[in-house]
Amino acid sequence: MWRWLHPLAKPETSYRLADKLLPWFSILAVLVLSIGLVWGLVFAPADYQQGDSFRIMYIHVPAAIFSMSVYFAMAAAAFIVLVWQWKISGWFIQAAAPVGAVLTAIALITGAIWGKPTWGTWWVWDARLTSELILLFLYAGVLALYYAFEDSKKGMKAAAILALVGVVNLPIIHFSVEWWNTLHQGASITKFEAPSIAPSMLWPLLLALLGFALLSVALVLLRLKNEILRQELGKPWVSKELHGEPSNG
Amino acid sequence: MKLSSLSLIMWVIRRDLRVANRQRSEWLNPLIFLLMVITLFPLGVGPGEQILSRIAPGIIWVAALLSGLLGLDRLLREDYEDGSLEQLVLQPVSLSMTGLGKIVAHWLLSGLPLVILAPLFGLLLSVPVSAWWVLTLSLLLGTPMISALGAIGAALTLQARRSGTLVSLILLPLLIPLLIFATSAIEAAAMGLPANGQLAIIAAMSVLALTLSPLAMAAAIRMSIR
Amino acid sequence: MPPLLHAEQLTSIRAERCLFAGLSFAVSGGELLQVVGQNGSGKSTLLGILAGLASPDEGQVYYQQQALTTHREAFYQDLLFLGHKAAVKASLSALENVALQRQLDCGDSQPAPTEQDWDNLAQLDLLGLEELPAAQLSAGQQRRIALCRLWSSPAKVWILDEPFTALDQAGIELLHQRIDQHLAAGGCVVLTSHQPLLWQPQNYRTLTLQAQGVA
Repeated sequence: MWRWLHPLAKPETSYRLADKLLPWFSILAVLVLSIGLVWGLVFAPADYQQGDSFRIMYIHVPAAIFSMSVYFAMAAAAFIVLVWQWKISGWFIQAAAPVGAVLTAIALITGAIWGKPTWGTWWVWDARLTSELILLFLYAGVLALYYAFEDSKKGMKAAAILALVGVVNLPIIHFSVEWWNTLHQGASITKFEAPSIAPSMLWPLLLALLGFALLSVALVLLRLKNEILRQELGKPWVSKELHGEPSNG
Repeated sequence: MKLSSLSLIMWVIRRDLRVANRQRSEWLNPLIFLLMVITLFPLGVGPGEQILSRIAPGIIWVAALLSGLLGLDRLLREDYEDGSLEQLVLQPVSLSMTGLGKIVAHWLLSGLPLVILAPLFGLLLSVPVSAWWVLTLSLLLGTPMISALGAIGAALTLQARRSGTLVSLILLPLLIPLLIFATSAIEAAAMGLPANGQLAIIAAMSVLALTLSPLAMAAAIRMSIR
Repeated sequence: MPPLLHAEQLTSIRAERCLFAGLSFAVSGGELLQVVGQNGSGKSTLLGILAGLASPDEGQVYYQQQALTTHREAFYQDLLFLGHKAAVKASLSALENVALQRQLDCGDSQPAPTEQDWDNLAQLDLLGLEELPAAQLSAGQQRRIALCRLWSSPAKVWILDEPFTALDQAGIELLHQRIDQHLAAGGCVVLTSHQPLLWQPQNYRTLTLQAQGVA
């Protein structure tokens, strides 16, 4: 019953909050990301082994990390939908899933581009890339299920259940793929486990990480705002928001 | 007093087997499909014993997964359409228990036949006789996981449009670990190595799936039925 | 006497349309409540909410003064719900269906058909058809198979969605008698029906649902 007491469960309140936060996250994201990427892609020293090709790491690593985090955030929202039935967190799933899927796709594409100079081929069944690919399938499943229902409330619940099932499976999938990889490939080049990374390379990476995090939050907020408006269309507060005045009295 | 949990599980299993006995093609078709897929491979890559025995574990398990997905629609669709599912929701017993009954019934009709046919698959694809035992065990321990996860998929898509491909889309990624460990177990056995580790992991995954998926399935059925 | 089943302030919104809002009513033992309304006015939705198949957007249903959300199991021990869909297995025979229903409703794990199953089939004029798969029977005969539950179940609360559908005159007459018996024994009935009832039970009320505006 206390779900009615909690102000955030009200679409209008969360819309206002998202509206207030969005500009801050957008500005910070652009700022931090441009500093981090320019530093990393232009000014950071070249790697003594990989030359300039390693620079794609400044995009690949943050995308790969946050493609995972977005899924966990989605699963947390799914839990809230199923236990406390907050509609907002259901809409959050819809808002976050495509952002996560795009991050996953970026991680895959940059991984493939990075693979060309490193392994001499665009695609290698490397554990990390394979895991990312499966993650992309998981996102695809959640999105497909969300949109497969006439009744968006059902789509939301179904997607929430699937996201939770997925998050239980994610560690198992990850472990199995790692294991499969060591079994079939022996010692392959592990890309990120450089024993120590020079501070001149580390700082731009940290900035890029922060920038990607801010950007993800900003994108999710933007999509969440849209979804709230779409779902609440016809309510007086939405008309007021869109036209400056209530539409019917 | 209505039926208790255990008797309700038995009731569901007994009824599902009785219905399946009247509609044999419903559960025989996926099995025939599986046999056909397995026949296609020697025709496609050539009957050479070496290639076949090399790729046999993968073929058998990929085909098992696909045929498992094929038969999933049967799991809940009929009960949903004729109203029996509503009656099961209205029992004074946790819906997860009823779901467990449905999963067991589905496994008896889709998983158990694979276990029995395992030596035949091994024979057709030149799996060394020494690995037949592990092949059979991997199917015995692994197929319950297909039924358990499949039940979630079937329950989630009861009211969805285009449910056929959708079920495969949401389930296949979740079944990848099973494929990896099962094929590796058979490969290890074919090379004369112990496969206990892989089999133990498969068993653990199946137990986990059987414990958790009835909960997700119950939530999905409640979502679908209203 | 406190009501067996009562609802407080039920509100249901389906696809942006408010079916009913602030609906409160009570049904006591021996009472029959007929829910009337046009097509799409939310009759089936209301019965679904009463049975706990769906949850209301607001409000609460109580059985013997206890909220359904927390005391589901006690309610389901005493509930017989006959939905729009009859829950008859098309590939099983009438006799098998009746035996399965009886096991579920009476908590009787005896799978073989009993004397009582035969009596019920005879009662509903299904003798001679008991070995045929239900799929080969007419809609009315399938409905009769489902209605056998009313004779075998000991449930106190009956929730029946369009029980008279597809029944012939004799079938409707049988059902009247059975409902009267059930009410006399202290049970309660909530049902929907398009036609007005053809007889007057003692404690009979109607609840009219009118389509509301956009939510």
